Amino acid sequence: MPPETAPELAPALLDIRGLSVAYQTSEGRLPALRGVDLLVRAGEVVGVAGESGCGKSTLASTVLRLQPKDAEVSGEVRVAGEDVLTMGWGKLRAVRWAEASIVFQGALHSLNPVQRVQHQIAEPILLHEPDVSEDQVVERVALLLEQVGLPRARSRSYPHQLSGGQRQRVMIAMALACRPSLIIADEPTTALDVMVQAQILDLLAGLVRDLGVGMLVISHDLAVLSDICDRVAVMYAGRVVEVGSAKQVFTDPQHPYAHALSDSFPHIGDLAARYAPAGLAGDPPDPRQLPDGCSFAPRCPRAADICRVAEPPLLELEGSRAAACVRVGEL
Amino acid sequence: MTGGEQPLIEAHGVRVDFATRGGTVARALDGADISVARGEILALVGESGSGKTTLARTLMGLQRPTAGQVRFGGAPIDYSTRGLRDFRGRVQMVLQDAAGSLNPRQTVYESVAEGIRLHRRVAADQEGRTEVDLVAAALAEAGLRPPDRLFLRYPHELSGGQKQRVLIAGALALRPELLIADEPVSSLDASIRGEILALLLRLRQDLGLGIVVVTHDLGLAWNIADRIAVMYLGRVVECGSTEEVLESPRHPYTQALLSVVPEIERLEPVVLTGEIPDPTRIPSGCRFHPRCPALADGSAERAGVADMCRTQPLDALPATGVHRVACHLDAALHQASL
Repeated sequence: MPPETAPELAPALLDIRGLSVAYQTSEGRLPALRGVDLLVRAGEVVGVAGESGCGKSTLASTVLRLQPKDAEVSGEVRVAGEDVLTMGWGKLRAVRWAEASIVFQGALHSLNPVQRVQHQIAEPILLHEPDVSEDQVVERVALLLEQVGLPRARSRSYPHQLSGGQRQRVMIAMALACRPSLIIADEPTTALDVMVQAQILDLLAGLVRDLGVGMLVISHDLAVLSDICDRVAVMYAGRVVEVGSAKQVFTDPQHPYAHALSDSFPHIGDLAARYAPAGLAGDPPDPRQLPDGCSFAPRCPRAADICRVAEPPLLELEGSRAAACVRVGEL
Repeated sequence: MTGGEQPLIEAHGVRVDFATRGGTVARALDGADISVARGEILALVGESGSGKTTLARTLMGLQRPTAGQVRFGGAPIDYSTRGLRDFRGRVQMVLQDAAGSLNPRQTVYESVAEGIRLHRRVAADQEGRTEVDLVAAALAEAGLRPPDRLFLRYPHELSGGQKQRVLIAGALALRPELLIADEPVSSLDASIRGEILALLLRLRQDLGLGIVVVTHDLGLAWNIADRIAVMYLGRVVECGSTEEVLESPRHPYTQALLSVVPEIERLEPVVLTGEIPDPTRIPSGCRFHPRCPALADGSAERAGVADMCRTQPLDALPATGVHRVACHLDAALHQASL
């Protein structure tokens, strides 16, 4: 192997360490995240894949401390070097929108139906930069709309006058309004058509390229993530079970769950997938009653006795990737 | 379609118009032809607004065509109340959103038994089975075993995959010949998706069901469909076997759809701009021409068909088993290669 030259690493925009979040429910304590580590650098797109209930949306909201008040949180979430979880309210308000912003899932429900696009995009600008003049704000909104591929005149529209793809573009324009260096996109293309999905993915990739921002994309769709991400983390039952380059995770997954997830997106033309949809029996565990040992063991086609004893740690593998499976070498 | 056999269901030149508030007419379907044989799985694919859901509803008898005809077992659908009741015992639909389609205050047993009661299937059962037997059999067929353990559960106690199976069981309880599934897995998690698709394949195998799957997911079609009809603005623009349509697509729209399926190494994605036009204003000529990449990049011009693309409408594709494409450019290239 040729000697590795240490690549110039871009600064860490988001550095999550040992993040655990638990909710109190009427049926007991529900751990949503159990010790998650994740790093996003400038100019990098990191994906988080997983199914409903795996904790990925909790992860998105905790980054900007948007989790419910009664949630128990431990660990660190550093945005531009400062821990979001412990900073004062004034500082937190400055970080939201201006350092990091979120494109929420479900653009239809996240936009205010009775306000024009202009007003909604202008709102964070006016909050963060009170001395900007009205004309400047109008111009900024127009530029933002152009940046996301919408005509300026769209600022006069109400959300119901826009198509799903256009609404999603407005959400992205809002997220860009205060020029953050980190954007979190929670299911940015769910509920969009394939063609519109491709348009939005192109737009997001273009923004990362042109603005040098970092992006954390959360999705249940591993295929979408592999399309736009540099690195992908796969989550199961509140933990990261595999992390690596998007290509590695999608085409050569090491953890059996990542493997099953990757197989469930068939490659068109792959004869092995013809009349043979790949699935995984069973359902994810109830986080209130996690099984002993590895939480994936009850559904794992390769589970052995040792898997039911202790939860395997995330093991570093070759090629800057990691997987939380004791049998990883044997696959 | 297997040659010569009587199709189970056929749509001939089906047109569906909706009057809009402004007095204009939206043509959701504009001459759609399809046919499905017993034991065959047809995928209707296209973007929102392509008319695929309207076509599924029309096949189901929920929507009466403005023009054209739907024939089931060789005879036109009888739209009288009685006729429709008989018809619905033979054709069942599984809706998109499993969580929203189940009554939250009904147990699994009640949900599945409802159809059996409405269609008086207990009295008609030749083996003398009771309602409980029929419900249990349907749940077991849908892969919910042991079925009696689920009888008294409510939808909120079920996982997404289980809810979808309960809906499928409700449809199966009537022993239909045709199942219409609208986006059967789009609201399910990826790992559950495969199990539900495998179930559809097994039902076709074991019960000889004909299945129409409405989906925007070409991967799903590759997984289970025998044939594919690609729809655009109320018409089928390409149809053929799954292999033909997905491995050698000929319509520029199908090619574009395929090129944007997210995969790690996709080939030159052709991302079409805009969205499907409003069905109150179907473009002149080929209905796809305003978004057609082959017209935009000059391929159509070089083949000498660009004017035809803009002005000359195409005929609706007949529902034969052959790979067919509604495209002036394809016709010209095809002619040239002969």
